[in-house]
Amino acid sequence: MKVIEINGIEKTYDEKTVPVHAVNGIDLSFEQGEFVAIVGPSGSGKTTLLNIIGGLDKPNSGEIIISGTNIGALSSSKMIDFRLNNIGFVFQAYNLIPVLTAKENIEFIMDLQGRSKVEKDSRSLELLKSVGLNDRANSRPNKLSGGQQQRVAVARALASKPKFILADEPTANLDSKSTETLLEIMEKLNKEENITFIFSTHDARVVKKARRVITVEDGKVVSDEKC
Amino acid sequence: MINSIAWKNIWRNKLRSLVVIAAVTFGILAAVFSAALMNGMVERRLRSAIELETSHIQIHNPKYLENKDLYYFINNADSLVAEIKKMPEIKSASKRLKIMAMANTSSSGTGVMVNGIVPEKEKLVTGIYNKILDSSGTYFDGVKNNPVVIGQKLAEKLKIKVKSKVILTIQATDGTMVSGAFKVAGIFETSNSMFDELNIFARFSDLARLTSFDINNAHEIAILLNDTKLSDDFALKISRQFSTLDTMTWKEIQPDLGMTVEFLNIMLYFSLIIILLALGFGIVNTMLMVVLERVKELGILMAIGMNKARIFKMIMLETIYLSLTGGIAGLIFGIVLIQIFQYSGIDVSAYGEGFSDIGYDAIIYPSIGWDFYLGTVLLVILTGIIASIYPARKALKLNPAEAVRTEI
Repeated sequence: MKVIEINGIEKTYDEKTVPVHAVNGIDLSFEQGEFVAIVGPSGSGKTTLLNIIGGLDKPNSGEIIISGTNIGALSSSKMIDFRLNNIGFVFQAYNLIPVLTAKENIEFIMDLQGRSKVEKDSRSLELLKSVGLNDRANSRPNKLSGGQQQRVAVARALASKPKFILADEPTANLDSKSTETLLEIMEKLNKEENITFIFSTHDARVVKKARRVITVEDGKVVSDEKC
Repeated sequence: MINSIAWKNIWRNKLRSLVVIAAVTFGILAAVFSAALMNGMVERRLRSAIELETSHIQIHNPKYLENKDLYYFINNADSLVAEIKKMPEIKSASKRLKIMAMANTSSSGTGVMVNGIVPEKEKLVTGIYNKILDSSGTYFDGVKNNPVVIGQKLAEKLKIKVKSKVILTIQATDGTMVSGAFKVAGIFETSNSMFDELNIFARFSDLARLTSFDINNAHEIAILLNDTKLSDDFALKISRQFSTLDTMTWKEIQPDLGMTVEFLNIMLYFSLIIILLALGFGIVNTMLMVVLERVKELGILMAIGMNKARIFKMIMLETIYLSLTGGIAGLIFGIVLIQIFQYSGIDVSAYGEGFSDIGYDAIIYPSIGWDFYLGTVLLVILTGIIASIYPARKALKLNPAEAVRTEI
């Protein structure tokens, strides 16, 4: 089942002297349960592509259809609601709310969705268990290692029950052991719960785990390989 | 949960928040305490004016007010007083005979207002009897014939003391000038030196006998009500019932005092608003720094699905909590300070010798109503709301895609 369908998207940034074609006519589609790495050199357009898929940025042309909804046609406020209920995000380090505990960070997104206290409580504990941090539920981010913070971020991304998760360089600030643990958790969630993960990454360890690798250069897809 | 995040966020940079909170605390403390000083001063002046000088309401012959002539009196004043006393709003009422006179002693002389009163009834209306010090005689006791009670300032001017003789020269009802020898039974001292310098109190009967004035009549009926707030309504009631007479409230008798009281509330809030306005700019500055420091975090919140209304609410709540914490601390300190000085008072006689010349007590007893505290809290909240608008708008203008890549 197709989760995301991208048709001919282009994105140009109007720099002062020369316009930059960050994404230059990309067509892609993603199926439910895929574990995809988008790779490419710096400035190739992979983060812009991820932002467009996540509705954080709008393309100049083309369309992105997520589960039948053309997100390019949504207003900014409807897009925020759409993101809340359909897309999970994992960024590089430091993306948790520092004043909330690990559990509260996960509950927060469900709070935005208007879920009940009982549901928030049980699901946040369940998610913390699935990322192996049930014993750190009441720790604030500054008491967690970088790897643990990213695991909480994954749990938070899953809390809203999204259709897929976008992860922008999730291992960029992690040591190899933390990277390994994080990747194992995400791979497990992908296989056992059929959750779609799309990464943008430079990290060879992520690429190695991916079952589909899309290479982007100069805003174009130069290869799309299933492993 | 946004409420909890907003509250926790203000403690992320404790020093900065405490500096803002301290500024608001001292600002509110200063505003509340200075308001209490002003209010206490005016309240005391008002109480003193009503208790000692004007009462709540006075009734006169309309023509008497034009030139205070002996002939413009109220007929059958006793029956009028009796009728007024039956009204439920009344605490007490007393008739007065008022005549301008020359007061002379062996060494000095001056113009005075002689108030002919019935001492026992006047006691229920004015508190002059309370203003006679132990060493300054009594309220009409101890002197058998023609006792008078005079102000301290007048006593100094006439160079007389208790038991001294004073000659009052007055126009009698037949137009002739008559003189009477009176003896000082007591010397009073109020906070209004002008009042003390001008007024002599004599027994109604003594003055009426000297001037051949009919004891059934009077120049003035002074009325004390159960509550100052009733003054306007009761004056209207009296003026309708006794339409041939002139009824005045304390505000009309002393318009300067009436105006001071009317404008006091505006002045109290005006100074509070100016202080809050100045503090507001500091709060805006702090919140702008907060927003600029948290660009990445705000971008992430927007990215994961926190909509603009919630972002706005979070920034607004942070600003309100910051302002309100300082505001409440300032109020608490202010209330404590007011409580400390409410009974002991603050003696400003060393700095304001002229206070009593304009009728104000040189000891200020700060006091302020709970409505002012409530108004202060509401204004602090309003300041927080207004101060949050600009920083919150800045936050809303962030592009989440760019914001999440910001490194601060």
